[in-house]
Amino acid sequence: MTITVKLFATLRAYHDKIFELAMPEASTVEAVVTHLELPANDIAIIMINGRGAKMDAKLEEGDVLALFPPVGGG
Amino acid sequence: MEQFIRVDMTTQQVTSGPLPEKYVGLGGRALTSNFVNDEVKPTCHALGKNNKLIFAPGLLSGTSAPNSGRLSVGAKSPLTGTIKECNTGGLFSQKMAKMGIKAFVVEGKPADDKFYIIKIDMNGVSIEEAPESILGGCGNYEAIQILNEKYGAKVGIALAGPAGEHRLPSANISFKDPESNIRSAGRGGLGAVMGSKNVKAIIIDDAGAKPVPVADPEKFRAAAKIFAKALLDHPVAGQGLAAYGTDVLVNILNEAGGLPAHNFTAGRIDYNDNFSGETMNALITERGGDGKVSHGCHPGCIIRCSQWYPDKKGKYITSGFEYETVWGLGADAGIKDFDAIAYIDRAMDDVGVDSIEIAVAVATAMEGGLIPWGDGEAVLQIVKDMAKPTPLARIIAGGCAIVGKLCGLYRVPVVKDQAIPAYDPRAVKGIGLTYATTPMGADHTAGYCISGNILKVGADIDPLKKDGQIEYARAMQIGTAAVDSTGMCLFVYFGIADNPGGYQALIDMINAQYGINLTAADVDKLGESVLKVERDFNKRAGFTNAHDRLPEFMEYEPIEPHNVVWDFTPEEIDEVYNF
Ligand code: SF4
Repeated sequence: MTITVKLFATLRAYHDKIFELAMPEASTVEAVVTHLELPANDIAIIMINGRGAKMDAKLEEGDVLALFPPVGGG
Repeated sequence: MEQFIRVDMTTQQVTSGPLPEKYVGLGGRALTSNFVNDEVKPTCHALGKNNKLIFAPGLLSGTSAPNSGRLSVGAKSPLTGTIKECNTGGLFSQKMAKMGIKAFVVEGKPADDKFYIIKIDMNGVSIEEAPESILGGCGNYEAIQILNEKYGAKVGIALAGPAGEHRLPSANISFKDPESNIRSAGRGGLGAVMGSKNVKAIIIDDAGAKPVPVADPEKFRAAAKIFAKALLDHPVAGQGLAAYGTDVLVNILNEAGGLPAHNFTAGRIDYNDNFSGETMNALITERGGDGKVSHGCHPGCIIRCSQWYPDKKGKYITSGFEYETVWGLGADAGIKDFDAIAYIDRAMDDVGVDSIEIAVAVATAMEGGLIPWGDGEAVLQIVKDMAKPTPLARIIAGGCAIVGKLCGLYRVPVVKDQAIPAYDPRAVKGIGLTYATTPMGADHTAGYCISGNILKVGADIDPLKKDGQIEYARAMQIGTAAVDSTGMCLFVYFGIADNPGGYQALIDMINAQYGINLTAADVDKLGESVLKVERDFNKRAGFTNAHDRLPEFMEYEPIEPHNVVWDFTPEEIDEVYNF
């Protein structure tokens, strides 16, 4: 399956800010993070199609996965 | 000695005495709101002689506690008609605290139409006529330079800008920051209240003041150290805010579908990286010159969410360039050029208006056909014209509710006539409860539910669902009212929300300073009492639960991409203040 990955803030140091990625069916967020060699401890906010998700969430064809380090404002 | 100073502008008389017994132990918002509720006639006209403007440093201001230099300013708001507390950085709070001034009140109204300067130093308070050079449209940046020259580079300055002189409902009070740039007590039109009392500027000179007395210095130092470590160790308070500023939220809210766009008709845009925090960081770094990625709005801030944003040649344009401003002009009003937004931000600081109210009013005016969508040049001109002001500038500076009314619109994003800021309550439900119920009118800082809904700091709540939101919005508003009373910047919350030791250190600092024994439960009670006092004022000013509602269009206009509406019932909303 192909998903779109979006990276933000410090995570943009590792890859492009947005790209498509081929992964095995039903891969988890964690599997994507491992595959991309991203620092898992630095990932604080995960969204799939704009909805909050966790590391063990399974991805589907066409999903947009957004990963953020801990950031805040107000 | 703890002093309580009143300046009556009707008689130009100054009274200075000890802090009244009933206010002992209070500071910041607790003090300003109690005072306003005690002394301001709730039904008074906010620009009439019966309104009073009060400035109070927080409980910890003036000490070595990190981030403790925030000031509270209170009055009845001419924008909302409610009680108002505005919180700002700058130099005022620490100077007042060092001089032992717990609060400073401006009341009455002169019979003439001259503008005055109030000067406070260790010898007392004096009132003098404001020089012509800072009146009649002189921008705040220039006025600060003129006043620095006259009173000395180190003094603190509070200014009613040109918008305040004209008593426009979105006028803020502008405060000189450590580098003589500008921080603002932004929301609710308190600059118009200052202008209505013909006070152009307040100068505070703490030369000769002694350090703030601390009952148990050793205990204080130990607690301050733990507190500083809690802030610096947290990835948001310690690094994230310094690197990206609050503008980092553009991309997060956009991704979450909660970035209100095109006058609240969509929750996402596709040009977000034009002006995201990531882009701000990259541009400031690349342009160099005056640019600074991080900057503190007062001495002692170690989080440093502010920055200096330079132009293409590296020359300073603006500082304290906040997410809410960038969102409002960028996403809500469709101005796609980051520099254009920066110049408008500067112009708003210079004329002295609330950047949230103006940005949202501008987007509403665009829907109403008064300004072309996305036209940054037109907006810049209108903001500059607020110094005159031209009729169109007056209308926009009247705020979003007035613009909506004049344009015959129903889609007017306000609560209690104050513009809704940068988080769509349909897609981030927790913050909607804060907008609806805070005594301030729509205000994200009154109970920042974005934290647990989106940022996953302090809680983990689904922003699209109602579950847990009522309790959360209540707890956040209570906690915020307490923090606003300490003089602490609200962003310390990120460092202590998930760190009980850090939170305890905050309480320990207060205890060590005053030689008291507050517990966490006492702090909660303080927060609750502040909200109750504020609500009492509003009730006596004529506000009921029916005013605690979001604009109706949010109930029937779903917002993309999640296709959600605002679906809390009135009964559920009213539960927030059930304590
Ligand atoms: S974190 Fe930002 S708002 Fe808070 S005190 Fe520092 S510069 Fe001011």
